[in-house]
Amino acid sequence: MTARRLKTGGRIDRSRELSVKFDGKSLPAYPGDTLASALLAGGQQIVGRSFKYHRPRGVVAAGVEEPNALVHLRSGDRHEPNVQATIVEAFDGLISTPQNAWPSLQFDVGAVNGLLSRFFGAGFYYKTFIGPFGGTKFWMFCEHFIRKAAGMGQAPTLPDPDHYEKINAFCDLVIVGAGPAGISAALAAGRKGDSVFLVEQDRDLGGSLLSEPVGAPSDAWLAQARAELSDLPNVQILTRTTAFGAYDCEVFGLVERVQDHVLAPEEGKPRQRYWVVRAKRAILATGAIERPMVFAGNDVPGVMLTSAVRSYLNRYAVLAGERIVVATNNDSAYTAAIELAKAGAKVTICDLRQAAPPPFVESARKAGIDLRSGHAVLKVSGGKSVKAAHVVRISPGGKIEGNATRIACDLVTVSGGWAPALHLWSQRFGKPQYNEELDAFLPPAEKGTFSCVGSLVGSPSLRDTLSQGHKAGGTIGKEPALFGHADHWGRNLAPLTVIAKANGRTPGKAFVDFQHDVKLADIDQAHLEGYVSVEHLKRYTTSGMAADQGKTSNLNALARMAELRGLAIPSVGTTTFRPPYTPVTIGAVVGHDHGLNFRPTRLTTIHGWHKHNGSVMIETGAWLRPWYYPARGEDINDAYIREAAHVREHVGIVDVSTLGKIAVQGPDAAEFLNRIYVNGFKTLPIGKLRYGIMLREDGFVFDDGATTRLSEHDYFMTTTTANAANVLARAEYLIQTAWRDLKVHVTSVTDQWSAIAIAGPKSRALLTALTGAELSNDALPNNHFADVTIAGVGCRLHRMSFSGELAYELYVPAKRGRQIWEELIAAGAPYNLKPYGLEAMGALRIEKGHITGSEIEGRTTLKDLGLEGFASSKKPFVGSVLRKRPVLEDPARPSLVGLEIVGNTSTRAGSLLYALNAPTKGHGEGWVSSVTYSPALKMNIALALLSRGPERFGETIQVVDFVGNQTLQGKVVSHHFFDPEGHRQNG
Amino acid sequence: MLRIPCPVCGLRDETEFSYGEDASVRRPDMNEADQKVWHDYVFIRDNPRGPHKEYWHHVSGCRQWIVVDRDTLTHEIFGSALACEVAA
Ligand SMILES: [Zn+2]
Repeated sequence: MTARRLKTGGRIDRSRELSVKFDGKSLPAYPGDTLASALLAGGQQIVGRSFKYHRPRGVVAAGVEEPNALVHLRSGDRHEPNVQATIVEAFDGLISTPQNAWPSLQFDVGAVNGLLSRFFGAGFYYKTFIGPFGGTKFWMFCEHFIRKAAGMGQAPTLPDPDHYEKINAFCDLVIVGAGPAGISAALAAGRKGDSVFLVEQDRDLGGSLLSEPVGAPSDAWLAQARAELSDLPNVQILTRTTAFGAYDCEVFGLVERVQDHVLAPEEGKPRQRYWVVRAKRAILATGAIERPMVFAGNDVPGVMLTSAVRSYLNRYAVLAGERIVVATNNDSAYTAAIELAKAGAKVTICDLRQAAPPPFVESARKAGIDLRSGHAVLKVSGGKSVKAAHVVRISPGGKIEGNATRIACDLVTVSGGWAPALHLWSQRFGKPQYNEELDAFLPPAEKGTFSCVGSLVGSPSLRDTLSQGHKAGGTIGKEPALFGHADHWGRNLAPLTVIAKANGRTPGKAFVDFQHDVKLADIDQAHLEGYVSVEHLKRYTTSGMAADQGKTSNLNALARMAELRGLAIPSVGTTTFRPPYTPVTIGAVVGHDHGLNFRPTRLTTIHGWHKHNGSVMIETGAWLRPWYYPARGEDINDAYIREAAHVREHVGIVDVSTLGKIAVQGPDAAEFLNRIYVNGFKTLPIGKLRYGIMLREDGFVFDDGATTRLSEHDYFMTTTTANAANVLARAEYLIQTAWRDLKVHVTSVTDQWSAIAIAGPKSRALLTALTGAELSNDALPNNHFADVTIAGVGCRLHRMSFSGELAYELYVPAKRGRQIWEELIAAGAPYNLKPYGLEAMGALRIEKGHITGSEIEGRTTLKDLGLEGFASSKKPFVGSVLRKRPVLEDPARPSLVGLEIVGNTSTRAGSLLYALNAPTKGHGEGWVSSVTYSPALKMNIALALLSRGPERFGETIQVVDFVGNQTLQGKVVSHHFFDPEGHRQNG
Repeated sequence: MLRIPCPVCGLRDETEFSYGEDASVRRPDMNEADQKVWHDYVFIRDNPRGPHKEYWHHVSGCRQWIVVDRDTLTHEIFGSALACEVAA
């Protein structure tokens, strides 16, 4: 192949040369070029090495269908692998390097794989995996080498320095593809006043018209149309934007490559922008992709799609060869062939039809083309570039006849018909219909809110294409009338793309899927091995599974399968199309939602104080909570043990604002509570609060918390931090569906109230001094609340204990949370008040034997947790029937116990429990749910679920941590380790 | 992504909702004591292909549970109503 840049022509700006490099070599490039056109203009024939056999490969296409020309783009932290050279716009400073070729493009060690091709045939991976060589082990051995030698580009290893953004949008109409059909549709719809998104993956509007010669009649129309569209404020034009996914309800995913066409993004601009567009209807004008032909040597650099060669000629002023053989089975190649001849190339057309329509024959002859009707290319010879085409006669029945004639040439262009780019349509609606005349799968012109226009539906002419777009857009304004060469592809096509000898073989490797190196012989082999489904065929041979998703290979693969099975193509069917149409960078999908911005962080109103006072924070769900407040030199263990011990001796405060809080209001509030809690709530008097437990419908424990009766019809419920949202959703569900007879409302008030727990023997004295209220045991017994005033702020003081100490929870209007916390800190000085964090709170509740999410983990029942006594027998409640399922009543079920760990070592939650002399195999007899060092007991303790646990108090068992590889012993005791009678909290 | 019509908020993204369950199933009466009835309600559910009534919760919107008529095969949504007005 001796490609060269022509002196004139092309849609490039010759006034400015760009610095563009490939493999260290400078390429002649101008604004308007792609990397691929620059590669061709620079005479770079070999661009990469193939996936399995490391065969030299060159540019095949001019768009997103390119299977071969994958390169590494940029370097350092902007290094990007597997970039198609055909869609990379040339920019000043562009650096690209070959991938998958070591040590060089010209001499590739991996090419030895070509000699081992028997091993790399269809199903190689599967067979190796399950095969006779020791199965998995052999695979693991091979994999290392295969991945190194094959594989695609090198993944980047440095953090991406650029940023990406997401945008949500709404419109009446999405038009995908701004070729003649899409533009025509956008004009009509835009004139109508519809809000329109016109989405085009290219840098320019125009589609196939950009491949017309400069000065063609379509140029004037295109300029006019662009001007009109950009004047319409209701038409949003998105170029460099790919609609990669069509989802239900007319939702489209787009990626706009905002700053991909420059060396580095401008300050403040995102590299890419991810659009989620919700439309009322859609017009797909996505065009069609030319089909290659399958013959021996069809992958030699210098075998290209005819339409691509025409694009390079007219758009980029690159003549891809001097002596050109054009192989075709349809009319569409003639225009290109004639233009190539006019540009100075010596052209031979091998048309495998017996006769092309007379006007084409005449034009070809006039242009000095050697037209060989009823001929096909059987083989291309040449290693690193095309040297000759071996041409044979084709009978009217499609069989080759006689011996091949050698035609010396440097470029072979192929046109095997066209495959409509129906990916988006198929993503949305499934299987398309096969059209025999066009030998293609086509979407219908109308389905649901989708219209398909232009080459996508096999439009026979440019005029028809424009007319279809105009109608689909709404038929407003003058219908564009243009006659041109674009699109008349479908007519008179001979449905034959595989050129093989009578025995079905090709004289050399013939490729169906270039990117994955799938040969015609691999399809044949899969057929011999009994594969019939195209979905299986695809996975077995990996045809169509590369990054290009088979844009050039799918039809040829399934046509071959149909032929082998003696079936028509529609009986074989096509594979399923899934998003994305072209690869989408992870960065675009993620946008700014990473790191701290992955999800919103919830902070309590007291957060600033915690940070200021050195608290180490911990994530609990979306919340950040104080974990511990280390004094100088303390680690977490020192800190929490000190904090917990301090609470038992003096007084401590902890921020519990994260508790779920729900206002339950209405005349039937008591009945509602009575139904969702296992214990009775109808008798709860005003001024009191009660601990309650909820079950799920299936009878397992759901959540626990305290509910306070504020007035006749007004209750205040708390839930665990973790389950706040679930409890509210479930309550709303029941109230709005099954219990519509209840007059009750539930409202989340979690964010309206800060909550502070004050615990320790000195808590009463502190609060009495601070509030001036009468808080004696008679005035405010346990499980009662009082309205108090602190620094002029009305608060509610609930007397209740999670730590087992004399304790209160103070509910403060959220905005005053930090102020009241600081009032407590100041007033607490004489009482030696200290803040404590989540870790100490955990230690205190484990000493007391209180459960949390570690025990209420979805697999435990009331009985398992020793809470059966709470269940009322006088009323039904959610889960009351199913909790009594026989399997849940089994006495062998693991039940809650305490463990005193023998020795000074702490165990770990998740450890498994075994009897003392039992082998430590299998799942054991239970597990550890929570662990802590107990400052009160001066030993390591744990809560655990143990089979028949309460019957085994006093027994010593094995506590095995398989993760930490540690076996300890523990004595089974009651989980109420500390003050089981509750003297301290009730005193 | 589905677009779900909420009778209160209008047409909204699926991501604002959470799926509940089959809305053609009726929760047994509170006083129902038969384990089989509850067992069937909780565990025995159809997985229909085609038109279906479903509960969705507009959890990031108006917090209403709604009944959505949806085709599980095509994802076509035919309409919706407030559960508190139409629940089975
Ligand atoms: Zn709503």
